Amino acid sequence: MAEAEESPGDPGTASPRPLVRTFSLLSYITKLIITALQPGQQSETPFQKKKEKMRDLKAVGKKFMHVLYPRKSNTLLRDWDLWGPLILCVTLALMLQRDSADSEKDGGPQFAEVFVIVWFGAVTITLNSKLLGGNISFFQSLCVLGYCILPLTVAMLICRLVLLADPGPVNFMVRLFVVIVMFAWSIVASTAFLADSQPPNRRALAVYPVFLFYFVISWMILTFTPQ
Amino acid sequence: MASADELTFHDAATTSRSDQLTPQGHVAVAVGSGGSYGAEDEVEEESDKAALLQEQQQQQQPGFWTFSYYQSFFDVDTSQVLDRIKGSLLPRPGHNFVRHHLRNRPDLYGPFWICATLAFVLAVTGNLTLVLAQRRDPSIHYSPQFHKVTVAGISIYCYAWLVPLALWGFLRWRKGVQERMGPYTFLETVCIYGYSLFVFIPMVVLWLIPVPWLQWLFGALALGLSAAGLVFTLWPVVREDTRLVATVLLSVVVLLHALLAMGCKLYFFQSLPPENVAPPPQITSLPSNIALSPTLPQSLAPS
Repeated sequence: MAEAEESPGDPGTASPRPLVRTFSLLSYITKLIITALQPGQQSETPFQKKKEKMRDLKAVGKKFMHVLYPRKSNTLLRDWDLWGPLILCVTLALMLQRDSADSEKDGGPQFAEVFVIVWFGAVTITLNSKLLGGNISFFQSLCVLGYCILPLTVAMLICRLVLLADPGPVNFMVRLFVVIVMFAWSIVASTAFLADSQPPNRRALAVYPVFLFYFVISWMILTFTPQ
Repeated sequence: MASADELTFHDAATTSRSDQLTPQGHVAVAVGSGGSYGAEDEVEEESDKAALLQEQQQQQQPGFWTFSYYQSFFDVDTSQVLDRIKGSLLPRPGHNFVRHHLRNRPDLYGPFWICATLAFVLAVTGNLTLVLAQRRDPSIHYSPQFHKVTVAGISIYCYAWLVPLALWGFLRWRKGVQERMGPYTFLETVCIYGYSLFVFIPMVVLWLIPVPWLQWLFGALALGLSAAGLVFTLWPVVREDTRLVATVLLSVVVLLHALLAMGCKLYFFQSLPPENVAPPPQITSLPSNIALSPTLPQSLAPS
């Protein structure tokens, strides 16, 4: 997207900006922690704090709507945040937990495994996109990839509900259909945001890892069997 | 006028040097193919060209801690990657993969994502065969077996990066002994191995068909193609050496490749009982392939 804040392919000035971004993110987190640990501060009234929280939640909700109805808009890219992806990742990892405790070796993915796959996969795709010469910033890309897990989280919810019914081929067909539809939705949503940031002769190279990433997550959802 | 031509070529070289856009090769061509030079100008040109190339060289190699160093390894287009994949699928005897397809510009995109795809496809199809086997024989206990993804990933990446490292090291050591051999760079070796693994992806998908002799046939075909690609690419480098070293090296390369294919087959596709043999009760979700050895003669018997 043209509004991305980093200039493309300029080795001299590109290196300080991620550092500045990381530093500002760290200082934002530190500020959050400090304000949370000091309830007696009179700098903000409870009403103002609540208003701020509602504003943040509204921002996250607005991004959810942008993912569900993907259009070429810049909101997701300009005001990136990582709260939404974190909430989605934690929800997905929790729902993928099995009920039995003896599922260590042969079971489904553990909580940490899902976390690692989602975040490590998103970072790898972002690095790949930047190495291929895309002009999207690191955290913007992470934000988009994380938010586009929303359809798959919805699919996981539906699958868990469907699994409460009788097991059988119909059950599996319904789950397969839902997962395929949500997988296609995720890909369309993320491609709508990410494809423009690449030159046209490398678009397929940048989109293929996104396809692989969501395919693996869909596979984890589809093979989920509660004990 | 000759001097005006020299000036324009010098100017072009200077501006391109300051932009850092043209790679070293292009600048050398621009300087070298100038107009007609006199004899005394030629000496000056040579020293200028040498100085320019040296400066280019110093500027062309950013340190490995900078981002642009790694960006140079991802400087490929979609069509180039597809062309390299096609070249690895159809090896021809005189057709060196490195010279014809890589054109001495190796990339890291192909090896990295082909290994990732192969690891995930292995885990997914291994799981699918377990599902299909369970539908035919409900006594088999099904589980997602997610740890196989980790195993697949680690083993594929180790093979595709450590074996080229060993091969490259060995070839460089032999270069010290035999002066006429020009080995490939490390990245070119990684590229050769990475792209040669591509043919395993359709092979693994075709292994879903639960017919044992067909599986071994596909395995042999894919292994043949892949190993042929490796051998044809390594032959020009290795043929300068003594016969003994050349044959030993090539057979070790082919053997390692065969071991990889066999390991994949036995570890990820072990739980598939053939239809005309009673399924052994031990074929549940045991990850070790030691449990398979009593059943191997049974599954090989029809073929």
